[in-house]
Amino acid sequence: MDHPHTHSPNPRELQMARRLCWHCQSEVSGEYFCDRCAKVQPVSKETDYFTCFGFPRRLTIDQSKLEAKFYELSRAFHPDFYQSKSEREQTISLGNSATLNSAYRTLRDPIQRAEYLLDLDAGAIKEIRNSPPADLFEEILELQDTLNEYRAADRTSAIWQQLRAKLQAEQLTLEERKQDMEASLQQLFTDWDALQDRGDSTSQARTERDPLLMRMREILSNRTYVKSIVNDLVATIG
Amino acid sequence: MSRIVGIDLGTTNSLVAYMKEGHPCVIPGRNERTMVPSVVAMTDNGLIVGDPAKEHLTRTPERTVYSVKRFMGKALEDVQGELAYFPYSLTEQGGVIRIKLGEKSYSPPQISAMILKELKHRAEEHLGESITKAVITVPAYFNDSQRQATKDAGMIAGLDVLRIINEPTAASLAYGLQEKTQGTIAVYDFGGGTFDISILKLKNGIFEVLATNGDTHLGGDDLDREIANLFLADILSQHGIDLSAYPDHMQTIRLAAEQAKIELSDELNTQVSIELPGNKGRFTRKLTRDQLESLTMGIIERTLVPCRMALKDAGLTPDAIDEIVLVGGSTRMPLVRQRVQELFRKTPHCEINPDEVVALGAAVQADILSGGTTDMLLLDVTPLSLGIETMGGVMSSLIRRNTTIPASAKEMFTTYVDGQTGVDIHILQGERELANDNRSLAKFRLNVPPLPAGVPRIEVTFLIDANGILNVNASDMRTGQSQSIEVKPSYGLSDQEVEQMIEDSFKFAAEDVSARKLIETRLEAGALSTTMEKSLSEGGQLVVPEEITAIRAALSALATAKDGNDPRAIRARMADLERSAERLTVAMLNDSLTRGLQGKKVSDLT
Repeated sequence: MDHPHTHSPNPRELQMARRLCWHCQSEVSGEYFCDRCAKVQPVSKETDYFTCFGFPRRLTIDQSKLEAKFYELSRAFHPDFYQSKSEREQTISLGNSATLNSAYRTLRDPIQRAEYLLDLDAGAIKEIRNSPPADLFEEILELQDTLNEYRAADRTSAIWQQLRAKLQAEQLTLEERKQDMEASLQQLFTDWDALQDRGDSTSQARTERDPLLMRMREILSNRTYVKSIVNDLVATIG
Repeated sequence: MSRIVGIDLGTTNSLVAYMKEGHPCVIPGRNERTMVPSVVAMTDNGLIVGDPAKEHLTRTPERTVYSVKRFMGKALEDVQGELAYFPYSLTEQGGVIRIKLGEKSYSPPQISAMILKELKHRAEEHLGESITKAVITVPAYFNDSQRQATKDAGMIAGLDVLRIINEPTAASLAYGLQEKTQGTIAVYDFGGGTFDISILKLKNGIFEVLATNGDTHLGGDDLDREIANLFLADILSQHGIDLSAYPDHMQTIRLAAEQAKIELSDELNTQVSIELPGNKGRFTRKLTRDQLESLTMGIIERTLVPCRMALKDAGLTPDAIDEIVLVGGSTRMPLVRQRVQELFRKTPHCEINPDEVVALGAAVQADILSGGTTDMLLLDVTPLSLGIETMGGVMSSLIRRNTTIPASAKEMFTTYVDGQTGVDIHILQGERELANDNRSLAKFRLNVPPLPAGVPRIEVTFLIDANGILNVNASDMRTGQSQSIEVKPSYGLSDQEVEQMIEDSFKFAAEDVSARKLIETRLEAGALSTTMEKSLSEGGQLVVPEEITAIRAALSALATAKDGNDPRAIRARMADLERSAERLTVAMLNDSLTRGLQGKKVSDLT
């Protein structure tokens, strides 16, 4: 696997340094406002959500710091505060606010955050597998049968009651399983961040890195699968 | 920046408010009332709005429009079930309802614009300046078409609508400012025609909406209807009269039902008395609060479903809610308060008048936009998921409900056939799987250069702005060129139509002004007559009988003029009356002075 960003200086930072203000053409060194004319600058399309918030790319984030930064940037970008500004500034404000809101929505949820970061760091993680994970396969098949039986059964019959109880038990099991996965993920997140903190330029770090990524991918994908099954269950039995 | 007012354009009543020295306040009319009934009547002398129009509800029901908000952004098929309840005639043109008033038909935004103009006029008179900018509130659960229709109404009324904001969130701004409310709050907004629930987090001046839900067709109107149906059934069984054949009596029944409901918020029972048509006497009956509650329980229960869904979407249990705020006239009902209290297990707040709190909040938002208030910021959400129709008629969601706005989503489109020059896109709003079960917002065609299948790459950006209104942009990824998109709204006025309506509204402005002048003159004449009658009865003995005869003659001349349509003639008769009563007025003044001085020493007076 190729990870260009780990070997060369971050191209984004270079680009930021050379950014010119759209209004006065002077160099913008500040985060989002021109030092000279104080005009708001558009958040570049290449800026990832972590950079947008000024956070390092880590899987563990302090929620209260994230919220505080979100509020601070909302105050800086929200269209409410650009009503008397030029049309260009209003457009930038709208675009920046939309980006900021997407970034916050993604980063505040640990799972979405992990999927996003893995996407950034290791390509397409979002490819959700169509086939159920091996260890769940048998169980899921049986569950599908029960669900079909339940849907077809007469609501007043004893068998309907039995099936319902069985499905409810199954739901609990699956939810527990999902929680277990989330706990394992939490551990992997911590490991991943520790690896990042050490700096992953050593060859040893790189050999640790890939299995970790694979493992996280696998659990994330299995979790998505279990989650959709649980949703299906809840929708059926109410 | 010129002044921005805040407007609550309600189903039953509308209000206008502004920020005065850091405090929001509602602007009263000449009659001191803060609420303008959202009623528009077509009279022989033109259109009238508000309190005077309300009088026409029972007189000319077929030409008096109320609850027009229920029709905003709707097609006729959307309201099929309740057409029978409305005495005015509804048709449809281009996916938009039209209301027939006399010779002409009006779209709901046009009718709403008349109410907005009345509020604009009221603000201009009170503030002594021209008002051209406003923030207008809408139910949080309003979809894109309904929001757009509200914006259109503003434009037709000559208002630059700087922001459409949600009613429950507006209310939270008023509470945050005046009551210093903090923490996680739920705003339960049960108005005349709509129900909303919003859950917000208030922290350091940021009002972050976590989730919102509601029903744009559930309000006090529905409660009144239940009561009215009971009365109608009684009248049919006791008097053998089917009142549904009498539109004017149907309005009387509706108003009596509303009145009974209002009275039963304070009393345990009330008496209803309605005149029956054709000299059949009167229908009278007692209604108790218990009866009202068993009649309306089902409807009130329906408001709790969105509450639970909003809690679920916010990921909260009722215990996590620190405060509950009640908004809207329907929350005055004790049963409503009780059910809300039971659900959230907390006593709800209603310190700020539930009829005025939304307008007050709109004024706060207006002040934020004009740069007056800088420490408060509202972060609202889109109430419904936005998506596009994909193969097989399935909706593919692009922006989920309860996403903080402004929000955007990008989608890449390409072609399936060599040389294909267009891609049709159907935008939807709603939570259902199938496209057909959701609300169609708009359709448009993407223009694509003729290339082999799969080669064109057109990126479409769907952006929901801070008003909750959708904007669409497309750009060709190969050339980097953006293309403008002609979006045809499924249920809305086209830009050209709105233009035409703005023009019409200027054209008819002169007519409207003369109609207004007549009404106002009549009101003043009425007030003068009442004062004179009172003077006659209290001070008649102070002048000679000839004077009294002269005053009586002037009074009846004024009464005749008042029935006519010439404001100048009414003014002239008013002057006559004042002249003929001069001596009486002076005599009464002297008399009260003398009596006031009796028993007082000269030393007390100096």
